[in-house]
Amino acid sequence: MPYIPHTPDEQRRMLDVVGVADMDALFAEIPEALRPKSFDLPEGLGEHEVMRHLETLADKNNTRLVGFLGAGFYDHAIPAAVDFLTSRGEFATAYTPYQPEASQGSLQAIFEYQTAVCRLLDMEYANASVYDGGTALYEAMMMAVRHTKRRKIVVDECVNPIYRRMLDCYTSNLHLEMTVVAHREGGSNLKALSAAVDTDTAAVIVQNPNFFGVLEDFSGLFTHARSQGALNIISVYPLMQAVLKTPGAMGADIATAEGQSLGLPLSFGGPYLGMMACTKALIRQMPGRIVGRTTDSQGRTGYVLTLQAREQHIRRQKATSNICSNQALCALRAITYLCLMGPRGLANTATHCSELAHYAARRLLKLPGARLLSQRPFANEFALVLPKPVYHVIDRLTRRGFLPGFPLGRYYPGLENVLLIACTEKNTREDIGILKELLGGAL
Amino acid sequence: MKTIFEQSVSGRPGVGLRELKKDLTGLIPQELARDGLPCLPQVGELDVVRHFTRLSRLNFGVDSHFYPLGSCTMKYNPKFMEQAAALPGFSRLHPLVPQFRGAGHFAQGALEVIFETERLLCEITGMAGFTVHPMAGSHGELTGAMIIAAYHKDKGRKRTKVVVPDSAHGTNPASAAIAGFDVISLESRDGIVDPQALEAVLSEDVAAVMMTCPNTLGLFEQHLPRIVELVRSVDALLYYDGANLNAILGKMRVGDAGFDVVHLNLHKTFGTPHGGGGPGSGPVGVCERLVDFLPISRVVKLEDGQFFLDYDYPRSIGYVAPFYGNFGVYLKAYAYILRLGREGLIRVSENAVLAANYLRKRLEEHLEIPFNRICMHEFVASAVRQAAKGVRALDIAKALLDKGHHAPTVYFPLIVKEALMFEPTETESLNTLDQFVDDLIAILEQADQDPAAVQSAPQQTPVSRLDEVKAARNLELTDHCGL
Repeated sequence: MPYIPHTPDEQRRMLDVVGVADMDALFAEIPEALRPKSFDLPEGLGEHEVMRHLETLADKNNTRLVGFLGAGFYDHAIPAAVDFLTSRGEFATAYTPYQPEASQGSLQAIFEYQTAVCRLLDMEYANASVYDGGTALYEAMMMAVRHTKRRKIVVDECVNPIYRRMLDCYTSNLHLEMTVVAHREGGSNLKALSAAVDTDTAAVIVQNPNFFGVLEDFSGLFTHARSQGALNIISVYPLMQAVLKTPGAMGADIATAEGQSLGLPLSFGGPYLGMMACTKALIRQMPGRIVGRTTDSQGRTGYVLTLQAREQHIRRQKATSNICSNQALCALRAITYLCLMGPRGLANTATHCSELAHYAARRLLKLPGARLLSQRPFANEFALVLPKPVYHVIDRLTRRGFLPGFPLGRYYPGLENVLLIACTEKNTREDIGILKELLGGAL
Repeated sequence: MKTIFEQSVSGRPGVGLRELKKDLTGLIPQELARDGLPCLPQVGELDVVRHFTRLSRLNFGVDSHFYPLGSCTMKYNPKFMEQAAALPGFSRLHPLVPQFRGAGHFAQGALEVIFETERLLCEITGMAGFTVHPMAGSHGELTGAMIIAAYHKDKGRKRTKVVVPDSAHGTNPASAAIAGFDVISLESRDGIVDPQALEAVLSEDVAAVMMTCPNTLGLFEQHLPRIVELVRSVDALLYYDGANLNAILGKMRVGDAGFDVVHLNLHKTFGTPHGGGGPGSGPVGVCERLVDFLPISRVVKLEDGQFFLDYDYPRSIGYVAPFYGNFGVYLKAYAYILRLGREGLIRVSENAVLAANYLRKRLEEHLEIPFNRICMHEFVASAVRQAAKGVRALDIAKALLDKGHHAPTVYFPLIVKEALMFEPTETESLNTLDQFVDDLIAILEQADQDPAAVQSAPQQTPVSRLDEVKAARNLELTDHCGL
């Protein structure tokens, strides 16, 4: 049997030591009534046979489309060293570092990840990651509910609609009051957001760049929310943070992000990386794993999981969160990516993506009847209004090998004519030229 | 070891991309732009490769060390599964591709992986439906608890409590509480759930009972048939924590046994690597009457053999994940199941249980074993005898690190004093098991003769015992910006 090393002779010796006649005797405690009614699984296959099957399935997915699809999840280039380092068995096959003396590699890497997250987002403390950007946003909201002991949440409609659906799902039994403030032509309605935040509000939740690619400065909103005793939560696109005004500079209390753009493959939705950072005052409300620096019995520097009294294995039902694992290997991808890129490489990439997006917008606006949904500044992504519904436009272009963007009508009724177009450094000006020709032909 | 931040040299170019001639001026107004560059390390590729290679060597992983960490099922992770997940046809696929009209046929292979994985998990557990969306075991618990809440709400009744035995994982009560339930803790008797004690806490307020079987003591819950009856009698639901599924593959199906909801930890039973704490994957299975409450989207197979994403489940709890869970992780588990097949999976449990019992018998004269009978894939010993002389379970754990073995679990279960929870798994050879026993016995003998030596372990690891109190009191969670 694959991966089971025991010879029949060894099994016999082990059974003798245990003092039982055969394998069945080991399961004698399972009553007959509980035995399986069936276990109808296929026969095992050789490694090459499984791989051939999976290669066939992989080939049924078309990943060769020239993509302008983003909507929060981006196809960035990944330096080869990221894969190389994170596939090392000492990292990949280790467990949660309960025994710090045997896990200094994972622990120091997480500590460096926490440091990089704080620097990038301009915040004071970060955790060792949670499942994904949506979970991070939900956990941030619950931090605010615990901290303020209030139950009203104000959410900008420009926040990723998938994440807003996750918030709805998680809070359906919790008696929280969610107020969603409608967008205005793809931008945040800052006046309405401010008006919605009062002394019953636990948190205001916004996003930058928002789901439409639009850039905002939430400093004014955050000042007002703070005066009402609410916490400010902002979800950001971490790669773009190399060039955009930071959560810290805006006065955020909690910043969250989907870390996929930092060296993680798209991988059909996961595993991804939920990044969370906060101010010092909120650290004891932070969920999940946190690594701290300390010293050993000989005074040498070392790292441990810290603030464990918040966690479920100690506090059980009184824990800050039920989250037990973090995304350590994904966080390792992010820290190696950030180190390889460096501050300039990261800023260059963010600028490059934004330049391409602005170039694409200029070209595509020449199409008859095309206009931008928002007149506000944008970064790497923008919402283009076309003279007719975009669904069949997408149909036609995919047949020509192009994925022109995301149809906003999927989540925003009324925006059926709007295409959300993203650029990364993997796109070229030539691709954009062809996109314009194809779009023109489909209108 | 110096941090990567401490190795930074101002102006040293990273890998980055090509340099740009232009800056952001004209693209983004000054007031929306960042003030200066982020304080990230400025190091070369070789610096990065060498730094993280060195860090990796400070770690114990299954590839380098025996890891008998009870309750965590640290079995060998077959390498071909990594190649499978890295196939560009999977790794480059954007999750939004199948979500708009006409594009579903660009992701047929990935949708088939989801459909087939769920189907195989249904057969392995005897459940009617599965979702691969939950991204970790505890996320599966939360998803299960939300399904339970939705079920009772749909029936128009208020159920506010969930019963969790004290032998369950700590995540169970936390997940139930996060889902909005009050938790009733149930004391075990002789290491397992006592039906009379359960009956005493059951009422029309109870939404569910969460069981771990075999439980965290490695014991099979012998009164299970009676427990099922009791739970049914108040029309509550019975939840199965599948963290210990490695013990019962092909020996019991939780659906056939009467459970209504189950989560699995694919990274445990199905051998996907743990990654130093994640990512995992925690699919949830449900019985027939709960299928409509599973999260959306769901993958459906049409008569023509095509797969499509169906969002039309009005009773669904909604979105627990942005997309389809940790695809790259359960893809590996799918490959693992196909590789081992029916016979292989049965052999997994047989050999995992055999190895645990072998360790138990070889250690029974040297350590106290509170419930010393046939165990499942793990067992809990107690260092109370050694503790009387000042050598605690934690000291023994640290001494094992010096011998080149990862330690057993010593932080729980909380119901056994000085617990040492061993789980050898089916993939460790008899040589490894014997070497481990010999080394552990040597430590226990040393604990008798020279307790101070064990108390000062570990000495061979990169650092010795770390000051955790200092770490928590004097919080240092980030490095100084050395640029």
